[in-house]
Amino acid sequence: MERSETMSNKKSFSLKGILRFLNSRKVAPYVFVSPFIVSFLVLYLYPMIQAIVMSFQQVLPGQTTFIGTHNYQRILNPTFFQALGNTATYVFFTVIILVMIPIVLSVFLNSKSLYFKNFFRASLFIPALTSVIVAGIIFRMMFGESENSFVNELLGLVGMEPVQWRYGAGTGMFLMVLLASWRWIGVNILYFLAGLQNVSEELYEAADIDGANPWQKFLFVTMPALKPVIIFVATITIINGFRMFEESFVFWENSSPGNIGLTVVGYIYREGIQQNDMGFGAAIGVVLMLIIFVVSIVQLKFFGAFKKED
Amino acid sequence: MGKNNKKWVSILLTVLFAVITVIALTPVVSLIVASMRPSSELMRQGLSFFFDPAALDLGNYLAVFSEEGASYWQWYMNSLIVSGGLIVLSLFFSSMVGYALAMYNFKGARVIFMLVLFVLMVPFEILMLPLYQMMIGLNLVDTYFAVMLPLIVAPVAVFFFRQYCLGLPKELMESARIDGCTEYGIFFKIMAPLMGPSFAAMAILQGLTSWNNFLWPLLILRSNEMFTLPVGLATLLTPYGNNYELLFSGSVLTIVPIVILFLFFQKFFISGLTVGGVKG
Repeated sequence: MERSETMSNKKSFSLKGILRFLNSRKVAPYVFVSPFIVSFLVLYLYPMIQAIVMSFQQVLPGQTTFIGTHNYQRILNPTFFQALGNTATYVFFTVIILVMIPIVLSVFLNSKSLYFKNFFRASLFIPALTSVIVAGIIFRMMFGESENSFVNELLGLVGMEPVQWRYGAGTGMFLMVLLASWRWIGVNILYFLAGLQNVSEELYEAADIDGANPWQKFLFVTMPALKPVIIFVATITIINGFRMFEESFVFWENSSPGNIGLTVVGYIYREGIQQNDMGFGAAIGVVLMLIIFVVSIVQLKFFGAFKKED
Repeated sequence: MGKNNKKWVSILLTVLFAVITVIALTPVVSLIVASMRPSSELMRQGLSFFFDPAALDLGNYLAVFSEEGASYWQWYMNSLIVSGGLIVLSLFFSSMVGYALAMYNFKGARVIFMLVLFVLMVPFEILMLPLYQMMIGLNLVDTYFAVMLPLIVAPVAVFFFRQYCLGLPKELMESARIDGCTEYGIFFKIMAPLMGPSFAAMAILQGLTSWNNFLWPLLILRSNEMFTLPVGLATLLTPYGNNYELLFSGSVLTIVPIVILFLFFQKFFISGLTVGGVKG
């Protein structure tokens, strides 16, 4: 049958023939995936190559000059290392907070002995609906410098001095981590709750028979079952942490005192866009990508994600 | 454990969660309270704990609905257009790709799937400068299209739809073929309706991502009348723009469409996430 179809196709190389060709089971999948292929070529592959090319250039309006590794040599400056240090600190704290707290809370939210479960689940998700900008506006006001700001007032009630939140390195980092944690804990709880649905009751019953206490059940039944979710959540938290820009922007608009809030992406934005030094900005981007790749691979190796049995 | 003991554990746990929930909701509640306080008072004493509840009114919202709020509504419209457009386009294109990757065995399927995973790992920020240059070259700076472009075929959505489609019955495709249905007809008429929950979950996620998107719009948008909400609100945050009325009431109104979207699709959200996000 197929042969006669192709024969008639040859006779009339018509619209009908093209349609039949596009509809064959060999061709249709390629039509379906073509949006990704096009977007991959135009939005990822080309810009990625271009970013690497640009990183070896001085890019000025209307003219680009090849300058070798000069941009990369310039990266080795104190400001970059400060940005990298800030970003690494931020990643470290957000990973710890956004993995550990949601695991514990989701286990409780999944237990039979908690009342109003659905209400708590929904409420904890609400922060995720706000944008960083809107959330940042509130946090800036709550953690204002004056003694009349919300948090300083609470500190005053317990007899503490008002804190200059946005002007200290430690408190500045605290604000960024807190903002991110507040927005994402509910989302990660949902991921872990979804993961907990896949733990079979029988495993807990078996553990009960073996006389396991709740802590042992958590450690030897719940945790292993959650491992894929933990890897998933940790990976996206690390990648998002290295990409952080907004949390810092809402507090300082890219000009924090002594660069206490400067992140690697903030540095790309400052140098590439504000200073119009796109070659240098691209070089920072390439370094950032290498860092993310190395960290992700080490992290996935550490978790054993590459092992076959997972 | 005795029965009484168990009850106490339940009560303790519930109290603990009540406290956590109060802490989690405090910022949102303070925003809503602040949006109803006179701006002169906010200016003077900030977000104080001690305020006069009798002075709460909807005055700040009048500012949004007055002439002052004109550019705010323009930003709102822009955000609605961009996010609405993105939900439609990205659900359409990403579901097609995810569906094909799950349901067909074709040469290169594995490679394409690996590319999807690879792209998931590449931070957008390193592609941002070349893309920005490209948009300048194509004269697309300050357009809706340029804002939407990077999210139209979102790798997250492709991955998600693929995972979801793996659970669909392939036999349906075969019987539809026998009935004379085209490959595209199978997708649009038979399989797409079965993917309902995944569309709902992705509508929420993509809508949320786009509604709250900041860095790329900040880069690509130049003129006040093209700003999306986050970019516009950020201009109110600068030292020159302490327009408190608009800042707070405007921020509250920003959350409204997201809450509506969420309530509308919520039922499917968790079930969609369970299937798509976590199995790997």
